[in-house]
Amino acid sequence: MDKTEIKERLNGVFRDIFDDPELSVSEETTSADIEDWDSIEHINLIGAIEDEFSMRFKMREVSGMKNVGEMIDIISERGQ
Amino acid sequence: MKELEFPFDGRQIMRCRRAIKKQLLAEDTSRIHIKVAVLGGSTTNDVVSALELFLLDSGIEPEFWQSEYNRFYEDAVFGEESLEAFSPDLIYIHTTSCNLTLLPDDPGMDAEEVQHRLEEQFGIFRQVWYELTKRFSVPIIQNNFELPLYRHTGSYDGWGVTGKAAFISRLNVMLSDYARRNNGFYINDISYLSAALGLEKWHDQDSWFLYKYAMNIDVIPDLSYSIACIIRAIYGRSRKAVALDLDNTIWGGVIGDDGQEGIEIGEETAEGESYTMLQSWLKEYKSCGVLLTVCSKNDEENALLGLEHPSGVLRPEDFVSIKANWNSKDRNIAETAQELGLLPESFVFVDDNPAECAIVEAQLPGVYTVTASSVKDTMYRLSRSGCFETVSISGDDLDRTAMYAANAQRQAQQQKYTNYTDYLLSLEMYAEIHDFSPVYLPRITQLTNKSNQFNLTTRRYTEKEMEEVSRSADRIRLCGRLTDKFGDNGIVSIVIGKCQGETLHIELWLMSCRVLKRDMEYAMLDALAKQCRRRGITRIMGYYYRTAKNDMVAQLYGDFGFTLLNRSENGSSVWSLDLDSYEDKNHVIRVNEKETIHG
Repeated sequence: MDKTEIKERLNGVFRDIFDDPELSVSEETTSADIEDWDSIEHINLIGAIEDEFSMRFKMREVSGMKNVGEMIDIISERGQ
Repeated sequence: MKELEFPFDGRQIMRCRRAIKKQLLAEDTSRIHIKVAVLGGSTTNDVVSALELFLLDSGIEPEFWQSEYNRFYEDAVFGEESLEAFSPDLIYIHTTSCNLTLLPDDPGMDAEEVQHRLEEQFGIFRQVWYELTKRFSVPIIQNNFELPLYRHTGSYDGWGVTGKAAFISRLNVMLSDYARRNNGFYINDISYLSAALGLEKWHDQDSWFLYKYAMNIDVIPDLSYSIACIIRAIYGRSRKAVALDLDNTIWGGVIGDDGQEGIEIGEETAEGESYTMLQSWLKEYKSCGVLLTVCSKNDEENALLGLEHPSGVLRPEDFVSIKANWNSKDRNIAETAQELGLLPESFVFVDDNPAECAIVEAQLPGVYTVTASSVKDTMYRLSRSGCFETVSISGDDLDRTAMYAANAQRQAQQQKYTNYTDYLLSLEMYAEIHDFSPVYLPRITQLTNKSNQFNLTTRRYTEKEMEEVSRSADRIRLCGRLTDKFGDNGIVSIVIGKCQGETLHIELWLMSCRVLKRDMEYAMLDALAKQCRRRGITRIMGYYYRTAKNDMVAQLYGDFGFTLLNRSENGSSVWSLDLDSYEDKNHVIRVNEKETIHG
């Protein structure tokens, strides 16, 4: 899948989860950049992304992703 | 809110929960505030976030306290400062089979050892409930236990001596026995819920390893909804009546076109059999205290013809109201609600026509509508929506339809009299007004938590709090039971006042709407005045706290002859009555046998 499309759909998920219509993520975005992105919200975020792209992250990936860029890489491999 | 109504999209709710919460909080509605302590044996954050949304949508504004991860036992048994300071109104214990530490793990164990483990395991939980009850005396909601997905021995696991599923099933029976014997203790049946959703969907070990959630995060909204339904029922917010369409809803075909012999009901055809089953299912709701009403576009004689079908199960007398006419259905439901002294939001409306459901939803947003596309769908929606969730069934629930039928007779009687006082006298009313007695406490609490309209302070009490009130030396308590020649209305009015020197402050004054305009409120006031004088009280202070639902009593204290002291901007008011010159106001109800009516 095209990474621009992934990023666009990811933005939709991030905006819903954090209820911020202005929010826009880049490859470099990490949880430190978004105030409400804590470990609890991370669970919802992962769930919503899995739903959006009809895929599952592996356990190692959930705890290992360093930034949105890595997330996009995984989605581009397995997402739909 | 539509997004939160059953059947809901749990994933979507969790994705948009912040926006949904914002929207709910922006609604112009009054909610009761309750403090909920959640003691978890696994992660509880999302359980709480989803629960918050469902409760806000039900007129309840929760404030939460959560135990640290898996601290349910320690916090309950050894205490936790922040929990004590929080002082909850309700406790939810979120434990699951993950927290069963004594499951049989050796196929060589004998029956005695397994029994010993079972008792010890139950004992751990009983200690939790005991300690919490001792400190807080508030309602406790406890999950029972879900069956495991994986089994070593297949079906044998469900019945063998050392089977884990067998152990869990036996433990669940012990929980149920405990719940039946202990007021204010309620089971959240996750054994049912996990089975209904499917164990394969319920269990997700990744969620456990990653986040320490005891179930798949996808099913958490379903779990939270189940808890919300119980809390709604505890606070008297379950629905009370169902308005049923007739044609193609409770029988197949159109009675006006097909005639009595042409409609589908009875054992002869598959479709007829399905409607017979639906009618039996609906009739059983009646025994649980739900009122059945008809709301159908039909000529009344045709509607009755259908309800008198020889193979039918529901009969005209099963309904407390039959509206078969050509008026709009929202109007019919609104009228039925008014006649029964209920609010439209106490209704569920069932109709096979989606357009009728849409109109009712638009005109009466509080009504929960069920589009009856098939019998099984209707049963599914009525059952799984939890709209008639019950936490206890009292004698009054069983008699409720009979009580409303007696009301209809009273109305017929009223038409014979031109003078209203003559009508009231003709009812030969007799009231018993006394202090609370233990046998009435469950009904007193139930009525207190259900009454919204004729309720001056809308103060809610748990059974335990009510027990404390009933023992309190500085309180005057009255509960009134009204009987007349058509039947017994049961306990219909409650008053609680707190004595402070020579003044009585009324904390609670409520009455069931089924006895409006019968002068029962005057009988209660007379009884209160009498009790006050006996205690040397000279002044009664009345408080009216305005809510979205209790406008009908905004002027009650004024009508009683109280003086208005203060009215605040939000419509609430404070009143005072000097007892020196008080004269009895009830002249139509005979009270407490020995006394005679005045005037």
